[in-house]
Amino acid sequence: MDSTQTHGINLSINSSDYHLQILPWVTLLDVLRERIGLTGTKKGCDHGQCGACTVLVDGKRILSCLTLAVMKDGAAITTIEGIANGEKLHPIQQAFIDHDAFQCGYCTPGQICSAVGMLQEAKARNREEIKELMSGNLCRCGASRGIVNAVMQVMEGGSNE
Amino acid sequence: MTKLPSIGKPISRLEGRLKVTGIAKYAGEYQAPGLLYGYVVNSTITKGTIKIIDTADAKALEGVIEIFTHENRPSTAWFDFQYADMDAPPGTVFKPLKDNEIKYNGQPIALVVADTFEMARYAATQIKLAYVEEKFETDLESNIDKARKPKKGMASMLKPPPPKPAGDFEKAYESSFVQSSGEFKHGTEHHNPMEMFATTVIYEGKNRLKIYDKTQGTVNSQMYVANVFGLKMKNVQVIAPFVGGAFGSGLRPQYQLFMAVMASLALKRNVRVTLDRAQMFTFGHRPTTLQYAKFGADEKGKLNAVYHKAIGETSQFEDYTEIVVNWAGMLYPAENTLLEHRLVPLDVYSPLDMRAPGGSTGMHAVEVTMDDLAYKLNIDPVEFRLINYAEKDKSSGKEYSSKELRKCYLQAAAKFGWEKRSPEPRSMKRGNKLVGYGMATGIWDANRILARAQAIMTSDGKVEIKSAVTDIGTGTITIMTQIASDELGLPLEDITFSFADSSMPFAPIQGGSFTTATVGSAVQVACRALNKELFKKAKRDKDSGLADAAFEDAVFSDGFIFLKNSAEVKYSVQEIFAANGGKEIKTTNSSMPNPLTYGKKIKLVHSAVFVEVEVDEELGIIEVTRAVTAVAAGKIINPKTAESQILGGMIWGISKALHEETILDNQFGKYMNTNLAEYHIPVHADIHDLDVVFVEEEDDFVNDLGVKGVGEIGVVGMPPAITNAIFHATGKRINNLPIHFDKLL
Ligand code: FES
Ligand code: FES
Repeated sequence: MDSTQTHGINLSINSSDYHLQILPWVTLLDVLRERIGLTGTKKGCDHGQCGACTVLVDGKRILSCLTLAVMKDGAAITTIEGIANGEKLHPIQQAFIDHDAFQCGYCTPGQICSAVGMLQEAKARNREEIKELMSGNLCRCGASRGIVNAVMQVMEGGSNE
Repeated sequence: MTKLPSIGKPISRLEGRLKVTGIAKYAGEYQAPGLLYGYVVNSTITKGTIKIIDTADAKALEGVIEIFTHENRPSTAWFDFQYADMDAPPGTVFKPLKDNEIKYNGQPIALVVADTFEMARYAATQIKLAYVEEKFETDLESNIDKARKPKKGMASMLKPPPPKPAGDFEKAYESSFVQSSGEFKHGTEHHNPMEMFATTVIYEGKNRLKIYDKTQGTVNSQMYVANVFGLKMKNVQVIAPFVGGAFGSGLRPQYQLFMAVMASLALKRNVRVTLDRAQMFTFGHRPTTLQYAKFGADEKGKLNAVYHKAIGETSQFEDYTEIVVNWAGMLYPAENTLLEHRLVPLDVYSPLDMRAPGGSTGMHAVEVTMDDLAYKLNIDPVEFRLINYAEKDKSSGKEYSSKELRKCYLQAAAKFGWEKRSPEPRSMKRGNKLVGYGMATGIWDANRILARAQAIMTSDGKVEIKSAVTDIGTGTITIMTQIASDELGLPLEDITFSFADSSMPFAPIQGGSFTTATVGSAVQVACRALNKELFKKAKRDKDSGLADAAFEDAVFSDGFIFLKNSAEVKYSVQEIFAANGGKEIKTTNSSMPNPLTYGKKIKLVHSAVFVEVEVDEELGIIEVTRAVTAVAAGKIINPKTAESQILGGMIWGISKALHEETILDNQFGKYMNTNLAEYHIPVHADIHDLDVVFVEEEDDFVNDLGVKGVGEIGVVGMPPAITNAIFHATGKRINNLPIHFDKLL
């Protein structure tokens, strides 16, 4: 792959198709934020250390700052903007509001995408495991209790659309 | 007709939906036609001068528009005072790209502007630099002989220096029945909000700028830009719609603002400058601080001698101060007190207020020393604090506006189960782990300053409230709407709170836990003025039944005016709009404390914190398994958002005690762990059972709302409660924070 040439890639983002002509050095995170204008996905470190940039690729949670966009040619991506079902919030989103699981809201899209991905992985069985499996998503405001409560509630409610 | 008040209800954040759907926009997320990207280059030496800065290769890269350095930057304001912001300490404000002098490691020295972020970042690596290095000093401990008194300035108003000594400390201490003395060292910390600093400047022509800035004060940034770049205030609009955390880092305009504005004006283009995480360590920090505490008490446990001294670092150009040592004198009056604060200027950037500045540092030393005395006296730590409970402010003789600290101790202790504690260190175990219970007191100022607010009612009966204030995650949007709702007698849905825009009525920087009291009072006054206006207009209508009524008897509810003592009167504000042709009704008001009476009482927030730790001695692992904080902060407008503030503060306290520290390598004068993998903050797995109790506290003196503020108090008592619990678990007093496992070995 030539690093100074642009490449054509196709991405399906929140069920819309995009064709982009990009240089290989552009991360998926910057494609979302700067090229497509989906700024809901956040940049907290750009180094894979904070989880703010978490999105779902083919249902799995990944760090979009550590992913070059060209690597995901043809993939189906869900960002925070695509988590709700139209006007109807995803249960995790509603639970975040109900539990006051955020303050500044900057880590929130990453926490929510991560929680949705984690519940799909179906590895967490209790509070401690949720905490462990969500620990890649930092929250400097200290909203941990609300975040874990929100995820717990949805997990126990068995609702994970 | 009577609605329950919305003040006091746990209303969910009104902007919640925007935040959970990713629609909420932050400063670096605004798009604009032809937007250019700026990337900052930082000095890799600590002190000296730039000999060569060769930008030719970088500039030749395709897509690079311009590179600004000290050699080609446009000229900016001449005088120092023009760079001063609302939070500037005494001294000379740092000016980016001023000349070739390097004052600290990481100093911004160039801005690359390109048409993509990637190219700007790459070009920044292609600049060739040569420096002349000079000897520097970055280590506090080895420069302790340079400690001197801080300079005083504007900032001293909210941060008074320590009070004069009382009695004869030395003599009293020598003859005390019990004594405790300790040395404490706290490492440097950086705010590290999750959102990195960013500014997007929209060039609107004719030197008119619309600026999306990450800041805690839109007017502060506006003033800075106008002064530094010689623009008219009205031509500079600063907006900070959502702020991804700040914790003090946004109290001063940061250099990305300067850079983005400079480039935009010079290029007449829209420009964004975003810092990266490493650059988040290149401006402002909680200073490394050394402390010395010596307390003496008599056999009944009464304190008679209190000495507390702090030596903090500052930069070579500003005297950053914080209140570290005043607290002991406020909490535990002793006949003989000596409180001192000193600074050592080093070749670092100026420190900057960071959540609970000073208080979270100083109270650690105070409350650990108190714990040690209690232990030596064989008195329960809670009992010991009650013995020394101040009913009045000792140094001034003034009363407290309110002080329900006693209730905090008792309610938190009961909730925590303090009675199950066996006093002897190392006496409690769970499996192979040692268990420790510790407690501490928290204290913070309840301040209030000047703010303005506007209330506008439109013909549909809905009201817009306007204020330049930000919401950095504090719940301000929701709280202000609640205050307006109660004052106007309208449901929350009928009120829109417009905020974080410098073109709106003045609000000071958001910090120091004074926003709710300050801006909330202004909102209350503006709403009351709107009611008065409505009432005055209604009275003009002869059929209103209000002609002879007094405003004090009017009740406003759901768009009607009622009278307290008359069931017949029910006047719709719609009639006012019918009469005036539907014109909006607008009131703008200022609010500040009455300078003649405000200083007559001492206004403080208090807390009591109880913590359980588990210590695995073999592995050195410390877990805060449970913590309860009881807070007396006057009226709590929104228990939900206020609880989150306290919880967040408690986690900050855990972090300060056990996790976070920026390590400086004195050989290079450089911070070594400038990333989130090595700058440790607690993750979800580190956080266990946290509980908050709001103690009833009525205060009709602080302000009409009776609020005091909860932004800092959650942090203050945690580090000492944790270290006291570690002592109880292990029998070891570890005074240097943070406590990593190696300190236990
Ligand atoms: S921005 Fe990707 S992990 Fe922090
Ligand atoms: S809500 Fe602010 S960082 Fe998590």
